[in-house]
Amino acid sequence: MLHRFSIHGLRGSARSGPSAIDETAVDALRQHAHATGRTPELGASAPIVVTGLVKNFGTTRALDGLDLRVETGEVHGFLGPNGAGKTTTIRILLGLLRADAGSATLLGGDPWRDAVELHRRIAYVPGEVSLWPNLSGGEIIDLLGRLRGDYDRKRRDELLERFELDPKKSARTYSKGNRQKVALVAALASDAELLILDEPTSGLDPLMEAVFQDCIREVKAQGRTVLLSSHILAEVEALCDRLSIIRLGRTVQSGTLQEMRHLTRTSIKAELRSPADGLDKLPGVHGLAIRDSQVRFDVDSDHLDFVMRRLAELGVAGLECHPPTLEELFLVHYGEELAKEQGQASATSGGPR
Amino acid sequence: MNAESLAGTVALIRLIVRRSRLWILIWVGSITLLAYLTAVGVESIFPDQASIDQAAAASQNNAAAIAFNGPAQGLDTLGGEVAFQVGAMGMVVVALMSAFTIGRLTRGEEEAGRLELVRSLPVGVHAPTVAALLTVAVMNGLVAALVSAALIASGLPATGSLVMGVSFAAVGLFFAAAALVAAQITENTRVVYGAGVALVVLAYVLRAVGDVGDGSLSWFSPIGIAQKARPYADERWWPLLPLLLAAAALIVIASRLAVRRDHGAGLVAPRPGPIGAAPGLGRPLGLAIRLQRGTLIGWAAAVLVVGVAYGWIAPTIDSFVANNPTVAQLMANAGTGTLTDTYFATSFRVMALIAAGFAIQSTLRLRGEESALRAEPVLATPVSRPRWAASHLAIALGGSVALLAVAGLAAGLSYAIAGGPWNSVPRLLAAAIVYAPAMWLMVGLALIVFGFAPRWVDGAWALLAGFFVIGLLGVILRLPDWVEQLSPFDHIPALPAASLDALPLAVLTAVSAVLVLGGLFGLRRRDIG
Repeated sequence: MLHRFSIHGLRGSARSGPSAIDETAVDALRQHAHATGRTPELGASAPIVVTGLVKNFGTTRALDGLDLRVETGEVHGFLGPNGAGKTTTIRILLGLLRADAGSATLLGGDPWRDAVELHRRIAYVPGEVSLWPNLSGGEIIDLLGRLRGDYDRKRRDELLERFELDPKKSARTYSKGNRQKVALVAALASDAELLILDEPTSGLDPLMEAVFQDCIREVKAQGRTVLLSSHILAEVEALCDRLSIIRLGRTVQSGTLQEMRHLTRTSIKAELRSPADGLDKLPGVHGLAIRDSQVRFDVDSDHLDFVMRRLAELGVAGLECHPPTLEELFLVHYGEELAKEQGQASATSGGPR
Repeated sequence: MNAESLAGTVALIRLIVRRSRLWILIWVGSITLLAYLTAVGVESIFPDQASIDQAAAASQNNAAAIAFNGPAQGLDTLGGEVAFQVGAMGMVVVALMSAFTIGRLTRGEEEAGRLELVRSLPVGVHAPTVAALLTVAVMNGLVAALVSAALIASGLPATGSLVMGVSFAAVGLFFAAAALVAAQITENTRVVYGAGVALVVLAYVLRAVGDVGDGSLSWFSPIGIAQKARPYADERWWPLLPLLLAAAALIVIASRLAVRRDHGAGLVAPRPGPIGAAPGLGRPLGLAIRLQRGTLIGWAAAVLVVGVAYGWIAPTIDSFVANNPTVAQLMANAGTGTLTDTYFATSFRVMALIAAGFAIQSTLRLRGEESALRAEPVLATPVSRPRWAASHLAIALGGSVALLAVAGLAAGLSYAIAGGPWNSVPRLLAAAIVYAPAMWLMVGLALIVFGFAPRWVDGAWALLAGFFVIGLLGVILRLPDWVEQLSPFDHIPALPAASLDALPLAVLTAVSAVLVLGGLFGLRRRDIG
């Protein structure tokens, strides 16, 4: 209940202006970039630079001014609910779809015009892996590798072993996870400087997920760049340096996980020695729930030290405090749809009680 | 088969009707229209008994006409002429309709993975198959009813019309059952379609050879058997009985096979494939060859059988003319070369129209790859869209010529072996290959639709069906000249009966080239997927 409450409380600020958050995020990003010595200016050097991307399918607007920036050498998480526009964005980056407005730059080139040239430098794992049913897995991996050009047969065999994939089976007989392994092995066997992975592990078992994470860490260690669209938050949390959350074809938030946490709230549960008077009046405190001497609330990160000082004055007998999990971040941004639905439901049932 | 195993059949039929209503409508509607228009056309061509008798005399022992149409039965009546003109062709179309519908509704659904979801519901083991079979049975029932009604409405006798309609349906049911057996054996829908076409071609050819000979071979062909019901010529129902019995037997066999195999699998267990790709399979062309190899071989086999059959029959035509001075005189006066030459010219037009099916299928493989999301991984490598398209186009354009060459060589060699002159081999080869520009035009037409309106690519098939009607029934239907001119096949000089005229060939080739380039241009501009 409280959990739900806190999300609702959080939504207020998220709704009051995603743009405000974005600006703060960009600022934070700049500071972070300065600190780490990475290119701070938004130049053309980043492998993926997407600004204001718009794509319509008939009357449906799939992308509505989407921004995305992936820096060299990072693993960038690309998150969003189903139908948010992740795959559409990726297909535009691959030059399969043409954007209606906005700009997309892939490795310094135009993904539509320079598709062939750019594809020498990227490897791609589609979200829905569809293979030629009468070819064997090994044949397909070889074929895709040779079509790309740089192809390391030895690394292929090594990957086949690590992913425990039988290359002799015909693609018709592969399960979803095995089809994904075929595409993964083909992509990972290349020397591509940019890997574009569209929910590559949705069919893998936990053991294979671990193998996948190892492989991505190796890719990262080689200084290569990865765009990882995923629904598996633990995977994003484990692998990604930065992430972008999109919804309804727009970027709602982008930055490091650290920054995103900073921009949101910390949950606090405390056992107080004196009555929690006036806590709800404090700036930055949301969703306060009091039960006897126990209080729970969320606090904006900016006001954390102020609130902690006030708590200390009240006398703290016990304290639990945790930053928002990625799941919570996720729900904040996805939750709006949920709220809309609920709003409609209550409106039809005769307004709020 | 108990009631349990049929649970959900009715709901599944509703689903099929909902999803395939256009498909059903187009097939049944065009078959009905074909029969009706032919009847009306024949009636207007032969206004009186004298004209019918004249035509009957010309066709009565004419092996060429018999080879294409079937036994000469009741040709001195209007109904007999109608049955002669549209009977065999109508049965071929009904057979294809039934085989394709079964393939699509059974193995097609299974291969696409949709049947798995259905089977997870409280639906009987046999329900999806029975639903498909009942749907096809109803389609054939509709064909029987509507074709009979259309023929009666055009003024033909009721009994003959009814026999004609029902014999169409009997042929349809036989091929539906045969396709159902094929759908159990192979796990590949494409192979089911191929088997359907192969069986239809075989049935047509067996009938042709049988009808030109003593007729006994025709009893091995479902189409030949159905024609023994003699519509409008002392009708008899009993030949349809063995057809229906054979269909029932095939259905029983299919159901036995069905319970012996796993869902999604065929009867033949898949063998392990190669551990890696052969050296050729590393370029788009290598992939296209690998993907289309089977299709091309299948079509080549079909064309080979038809070519051999047509060549084999030809000497009979020589003797027909030799024994029939009136016809010889008629041919000489018309100045269209010998009857045998005319016969071969017609044969190659028919074979080119058949082979055009490959040209379209091969070109539309591009769309198939795109829809199945298999174009995406290839286009995500440094392969440009034109290069990807060109790989399949090379097979379509080159394979078309290869099929024509097979047809020409097969006809020429079998004619020579059966007693014809050996110099007919190169002559007939040329007469076949001359159709290449028409085939290329079909490739171009299919590609331009693919390039600009990929959702409508199946329209290319409708176009080919139209060209078939123009080519085979143009005269009967009294189509206006400009309609006949629409078919590229009618612009190809009818070798060996006519002389070679390079102009139409050059024009067709040029138009094809423009269409291909236009299609590639469209493909470069549009979204993939």
